Amino acid sequence: MDVEILSRVQFAFTIAFHYIYPPLSIGIGLLMVVFESLYIRTKNKQYEVLAKFWTKIFAITFGIGVVTGIVMEFEFGTNWATYSRYVGDIFGSALAAEGIFAFALESSALGVLLFGWNRVKPWVHLVATLGVFLGSMFSAVWIVVANSWQQTPTGYHIVGEGMQARAEIVDFWAMVFNPSSVDRLTHVWLGAFLAGSFLILSVHAYYILKGRYVEISKKAFKITLVVATISSLAQLFTGHSSAEGVAVNQPAKLAAFEGHFDAEAPGDLYLMGWVDKENQKVTGLKIPGGLSFMLHQDFETPVTGLNAFPEEDRPSQVNAVFQFYHLMVAIGMFLIALSLFAMWQWKRGKLFEKKWLLWTFVFTAILPQLANQFGWFAAEMGRQPWVVYGLLRTSDALSKSVQANQVLFSLILFFIVYSILLLLFIYLMNKGIKNGPYDEENYDEGSLNKAIAGVVLNDINK
Amino acid sequence: METFLGLDYPTWWFLVVGGLFSGYAILDGFDFGAGAWHMFFRQNKSREIALKAIDPTWHGNEVWLVIGGGTLFAGFPVFYGTLLSAMYTPFILFLLFIIFRGISIKFRNMEEMPWWRKMWDWSYSISSIMLAVLLGVVVGNVLNGMPLDENYEYIGGGFFEFLNPFSILVGITSLALFMMHGGIYLLLKTEGKLYDRLQDLLKKGIIFFIVSYLITTVYTLLYVTHLSEVFRENQALFVVPLLVFLSIANVPRLVSKKKYGWAFIFTSLTIALLFVLVAFELFPRLLLSSGIEANSITIYNAAASTKTLKIMMGFVAVGGPLVLLYSFFVYRTFWGKVKVDAESY
Ligand code: HDD
Ligand code: HEM
Ligand code: HEM
Repeated sequence: MDVEILSRVQFAFTIAFHYIYPPLSIGIGLLMVVFESLYIRTKNKQYEVLAKFWTKIFAITFGIGVVTGIVMEFEFGTNWATYSRYVGDIFGSALAAEGIFAFALESSALGVLLFGWNRVKPWVHLVATLGVFLGSMFSAVWIVVANSWQQTPTGYHIVGEGMQARAEIVDFWAMVFNPSSVDRLTHVWLGAFLAGSFLILSVHAYYILKGRYVEISKKAFKITLVVATISSLAQLFTGHSSAEGVAVNQPAKLAAFEGHFDAEAPGDLYLMGWVDKENQKVTGLKIPGGLSFMLHQDFETPVTGLNAFPEEDRPSQVNAVFQFYHLMVAIGMFLIALSLFAMWQWKRGKLFEKKWLLWTFVFTAILPQLANQFGWFAAEMGRQPWVVYGLLRTSDALSKSVQANQVLFSLILFFIVYSILLLLFIYLMNKGIKNGPYDEENYDEGSLNKAIAGVVLNDINK
Repeated sequence: METFLGLDYPTWWFLVVGGLFSGYAILDGFDFGAGAWHMFFRQNKSREIALKAIDPTWHGNEVWLVIGGGTLFAGFPVFYGTLLSAMYTPFILFLLFIIFRGISIKFRNMEEMPWWRKMWDWSYSISSIMLAVLLGVVVGNVLNGMPLDENYEYIGGGFFEFLNPFSILVGITSLALFMMHGGIYLLLKTEGKLYDRLQDLLKKGIIFFIVSYLITTVYTLLYVTHLSEVFRENQALFVVPLLVFLSIANVPRLVSKKKYGWAFIFTSLTIALLFVLVAFELFPRLLLSSGIEANSITIYNAAASTKTLKIMMGFVAVGGPLVLLYSFFVYRTFWGKVKVDAESY
């Protein structure tokens, strides 16, 4: 195997693995802020218990998020040296901003969040929780800006030639607010809220079904359901807006999303399908002219198709891009339907009576995770063969001095170590959830609040 | 070239990146050192205390690496690309040990079983040792120089090229330095039996450092002669190695008087001065080409555009004080000796 394939597999593997954790950290972080603020406002200890419980789970996702993120930062240099030199001006400055403005806040506040319950006043602790959450939101800003620039570059000029060509910033704000960054940032944020909130819904639905921690679980479930519903609805808008942007800025990618081959013809919208690249045919369930309608509010307007681009300038894995994209959208629709249905049941006062509904929530936790992964795979594979769209090809972006056996070696090591990490993650999550927010054996109505606060604390201190 | 307060922007950025990496070495250095001593503590309780001594702050320290990496990428992209791809193997190993160090600290106390804790203790200690050594090995290779072509691309060998006598010596010396530094940090954070044990261990640590530092210095003077060139050309600069020497000599003196707070300041100062020494040895080069000298990477041919450097100076001017403020707050919150009971953190 050659260095290019190995480096791409390694990059995709390590970033996809990293991206299991940030959305959970961001999403759970949001709800930790909500629970803790409610505690400070109402002085109801139940919210404190919730905040502490989810902080424990958060510590696990955050821990793995951090160590796998550092790998990403340095992998640009180790495996993509030419890319690094080419985009250093732009990408590097976003990464530096991320470190200075986001990670420093995040990590310092984290010390207080995890270890400071008894050391600082409650409101200072809330500030720390908020700091961690905002830090993680900011970190998404910079990394998504960097990635969006590489999808839709603006605000730069090219200096130098051949191996020494590099993009330099001419207009910093044009670089930051490139045509896709706002749409994609909001889409990524909401994807993270969905990942976190559906995990929380899943765990509390499970407790309710098992008859454990029922009272606080119902409270938590309702609050989280509101967040989940708003996020899933909003996700449709940011996603749609992204798609409109892709149609303008990366037409070859959009054509791949829908398997649209004809250079100039009205585009169909598929609900599902299978792309046969050889024969340029898609079999599936479609709304004829639907894509044209989505983009131009008219079923007849032509949409640029893949054949409008030379073979070497368009994504080669059309079917994969198509499937990833459609699975993401399908999951998005399902999440909207599920959360609206649950809201309706809540209104009728029957939210917690339908067992099947709660079981559905238990298993749905995996879906936003999948949608996040599929979304990135669609966006990144659809960008091929370019690393920097229209400017630098993936095959030119490699480290020239690295040899295949080195990358094979590192890929195997990452595979082993990440498998261990995943097992640990599952084991510790499972244990955290089994142990629950507090020790039910010592459940004592009278001094409940004191007791649970004490027990949770001991747990955290261990 | 445009200047600011008399220095051009690449030089400013050289100072910023150098400052960040020496900050990183000082801060995460004591974490590595504490980790390297970890298996010398025999009881579970002692290990728990030693771990608690760094638990709330090590992650903040690691962020200096993240920021250092980002500023290096942004400020000197050419150097960043060449260095990381040339040093592929040690960097990948470094990243894997960063992973193990981080999860060992996080996960050790999540289970009670003795085998679980022992496993993470070992993993924590070995990865701390390897991180200290690997950092030194990379610095050693940078000081040594490597074969580069006219595109500043590395053209040497692959897998094991990073291992040479000089880089191994620098690696061992940096381990010794961090062990001395981390030992003193732990003394500041502990009391009772562990404190007594650490006092014994630290003496050995100091000897280990002084011996390895001397060997490395002699080796450098004999075999890596290009490093001492600046000092031969400009004798006034001899003051830098002299300061390093004085600062090192001060450490055993303060330790024997049990002034550990001051000793810690001087190990930190030693690390900073070693960076200054390296900066003088290199400047304005970042990476010496061991074949054709003209292919060397300097701060000028590696730098990002002046505009980017300016923007980032702004980031540092605004963000730097914020970072220091957060750190100050966290260290203040967790100031003092570690106690293990329900009321402590
Ligand atoms: C949606 C947002 C997002 C995306 C797309 C990425 N990350 Fe990430 N990253 C985070 C959101 C995040 C976070 C939420 O801030 C993390 C995860 C959990 C955590 O602890 O911080 C984090 C951790 C994290 C860290 C450790 C920071 C620390 O020590 O505190 C680094 C260096 C990176 N990331 C770098 C990257 C790079 C180079 C990426 C792209 C290739 C990347 N991340 C994709
Ligand atoms: C966090 C979620 C992300 C996921 C799941 C993801 C996914 C992927 C995948 C699957 C590939 C391989 C594409 C292929 O080989 O066909 C890839 C490549 C790449 N991505 Fe991303 N990506 C993510 C974020 C980012 C970000 C934030 C950046 C930069 C700012 C980035 C930069 C790159 C680069 C440089 C490559 C390598 C060249 C290439 O193969 O295209 N990615 N990514
Ligand atoms: C509801 C319907 C949805 C639509 C119409 C939609 C649309 C899109 C589009 C067009 C892109 C590509 C953007 C680009 O390449 O620049 C994208 C990417 C992405 N989607 Fe979705 N999406 C939907 C739902 C979701 C859901 C539910 C999630 C996660 C929970 C999600 C997560 C992502 C992620 C992480 C990316 C990659 C980052 C990006 O490019 O923005 N999407 N989506």
